[in-house]
Amino acid sequence: MGATLHIAGLVKAYRANQPVLKGIDLDITGDGLTAIIGPSGTGKSTLLRCVNRLIDPTSGRIVLKGDGESVDLATARGQSLRKARRRIGMVFQEYNLVERLTVMENLLTGRLGFTSAFNAWRRRFEPADIQYAHELLDTVGLRGFANQRADALSGGQRQRVGIARALMQRPQLLLADEPTSSLDPKTSVEIMELLLDQGRAKRIPVIVNIHDVELAKRYATRIVGMSEGRIVYDGDPQGLDAQVLKQIYGGESWLH
Amino acid sequence: MNTDVSSYPRDWRRYTASQRLLRFALYFLFILAIVQSVRTIDVIPEFLYDAPEQMLDLLNRMWPIHWASFRGDISSALIETLHIATLGTLLAIVLAVPVGLLAANNLTRNRGLNLLARFILVSSRSINSLVWALLFIAIFGPGAVAGTMAIAFRSIGFVGKLLGEAIEEAQPGPVEALTATGASLSSIIQYGYWPQIRPAFWSIVLLRWDINVRESAVLGLVGAGGIGMALNSAMDLFQWDRVALVLVLIFAVVILAEIIITRSRRSLL
Amino acid sequence: MAELKMDTPKATRPFALSWQARVGMLLVFVYAIYAATQLGFSWSRFQSGFELGARFVSRLFPPSLERMDILWQGIAESLEIAVLASTLGILLSLPISLLGARNLMPAWATWPSRALVALCRALHPVIVAIIFVKAVGFGALAGVLALTVASIGFIGKLFTEAIEEISLKQVEAVRATGASFANVIIFAVMPQVFARFVGFATYQLDSNLRNSTMVGIVGAGGIGGTLFSAFQRFDYDFVCTILLTIIAIILLGELLARMVRAILLDNVTFRELLRLKPDTRLRAPEGDDA
Repeated sequence: MGATLHIAGLVKAYRANQPVLKGIDLDITGDGLTAIIGPSGTGKSTLLRCVNRLIDPTSGRIVLKGDGESVDLATARGQSLRKARRRIGMVFQEYNLVERLTVMENLLTGRLGFTSAFNAWRRRFEPADIQYAHELLDTVGLRGFANQRADALSGGQRQRVGIARALMQRPQLLLADEPTSSLDPKTSVEIMELLLDQGRAKRIPVIVNIHDVELAKRYATRIVGMSEGRIVYDGDPQGLDAQVLKQIYGGESWLH
Repeated sequence: MNTDVSSYPRDWRRYTASQRLLRFALYFLFILAIVQSVRTIDVIPEFLYDAPEQMLDLLNRMWPIHWASFRGDISSALIETLHIATLGTLLAIVLAVPVGLLAANNLTRNRGLNLLARFILVSSRSINSLVWALLFIAIFGPGAVAGTMAIAFRSIGFVGKLLGEAIEEAQPGPVEALTATGASLSSIIQYGYWPQIRPAFWSIVLLRWDINVRESAVLGLVGAGGIGMALNSAMDLFQWDRVALVLVLIFAVVILAEIIITRSRRSLL
Repeated sequence: MAELKMDTPKATRPFALSWQARVGMLLVFVYAIYAATQLGFSWSRFQSGFELGARFVSRLFPPSLERMDILWQGIAESLEIAVLASTLGILLSLPISLLGARNLMPAWATWPSRALVALCRALHPVIVAIIFVKAVGFGALAGVLALTVASIGFIGKLFTEAIEEISLKQVEAVRATGASFANVIIFAVMPQVFARFVGFATYQLDSNLRNSTMVGIVGAGGIGGTLFSAFQRFDYDFVCTILLTIIAIILLGELLARMVRAILLDNVTFRELLRLKPDTRLRAPEGDDA
């Protein structure tokens, strides 16, 4: 079941008085796909990484509420942070698979938050998890790839493994940081389809950073436009007219 | 898409049974070797307990370092060490090139020659430079000549093997093109292989020279010339402060060699 | 049609060595002659050397097969020294290397670790063996300790470099799943460095095998002592036996190392193991022996 994400007043400054995120307010509920668009450097990646604390925010609140549990990700530490991370799955632009491990091992990485170090070393995982892993492999279209090494796969295949790994966590929220930027157009469409389908099937919200506006309009149920560290548009894909896009990206020549 | 959940396998193993068996056998044999070695090795406990005291005593006798000795025979011994290392390396290159060429199986078709060359390389590598020094002392008598030959013969294997590998990794394209023009063998080697091998060649030569400087410094311990002889005589006379000086000098020479090599790397590669 | 004026360029030989290269080669040649005379090379000495060499080689053969029990004792001790020194060296290098990795550890850990490793590399194993003989007496213990130091110097440096080269992106992804620190190391760091570590460890095993045959010359145990006394007795046919045995042992060691790498890294099956071909994929790291 999906969670809700409530972000209030999120600020991130890498250098003092030069904030990258200048006060973000955002609420994510339901099971749609929210696309965050905006030019490079505007803080899209920072925003996503603040949610699962791969980056520490400077101030603000990020409250994840689901299954009766509520946690402020901005201030969580240690064990409670790890437990919170388990509930959030992330898909990366460059897949970030452990190259030398097999596809199956990469999938089981998703369960590491629930596994002791000894069992991890001995590669002993729950039978139910193994079964789920095979099922997910089938779902993402990689049946039979379980024992292939990750570095033997194509880009599109790796991203599918990345998505399956995130889903192995049985997350309440799915984040995707530019999942299609390293892929060709056809594979990009396949990946977006997969993200949208799985979000609906598992009934969890999906937040995707994306710079291809057309892809965003095609697959998102909601668009959030960022410019210079602030949200300047939050609504339907249909509302993305030339004027709004100019506000987000600046300049007109790219709009042809 | 298979929707029958129960048909998915519920177990997964990283290695097949055969692989697991091999891995287990490997660990088991390793543990066995360790246990056997510990049991049969000859350790006298009294010496072990005595060790820290002995070490401290040694360090005390080494300080202060006897700098005055430097002006005497030690400085010329140091230069001799460098000559041994350099001349030995040069000699090794001259000898290793033909052997390396013979050992490369894409240059030499004759299997017999190939194997002989490989055997020469293997023996050269397996016999330590100190042992080579003993051999050459038996032939030439003690002194720097034996030391230089020892360094040379030890290095043939190193240079020859790595050169052989570099040659094997050379792309066949330019070689084929040259052969097609009817070029002579020496031309093919000079213009087809050499430009490809050149960076590896310099890298190997510099590396071996570096190692040879270290090796040359200790050859004197068995009487093959260089600063090792000063070390040996100082130890025989229990002049530990002179020993300390020699050790410091060896250390300094090694660092000097490293600096020369880093500089040369930049300009040659 | 106007006549084409063809400017024949000055005929230069392509591929001719540049003048720097020629001067360089000349300098090297001159140096070689100079050094040779300094060291006492002379033509007559060389000539007599050939004669003596030929006579010497004839005294080596046939190799003597008496005293095989002494031979076996010495070889066994060398093997023990190599095994123990490698084990200790590998075990100690692991934590030391980890502490020296600048991408994972703070400066107060990396500096001492790197300094220790540099110290271990600085001195020749024979010199270290002499020092240990003084400290713990003659015998195999000095040899084990000396080669352990050499192993730490080698593996420590290379393994730290390997850890510093890992991709942190893979680490990031595993952290994002909520894995504990230990699990992150097991699943994200170790897989990236394991292959190279096995390469270094097997290489060092072979290197220790070579060196263990030699530390005996200074009294640190092993076949080196037997060899040295054979030389002093002019017992050259026994020397030949010993040398041939050493070569055989080292070849066996290299074969063993290839098998270990095949089992641990390539996950071969038993049948594949028996058909093992020369290892062309895994190059030995740049070390003191090749």
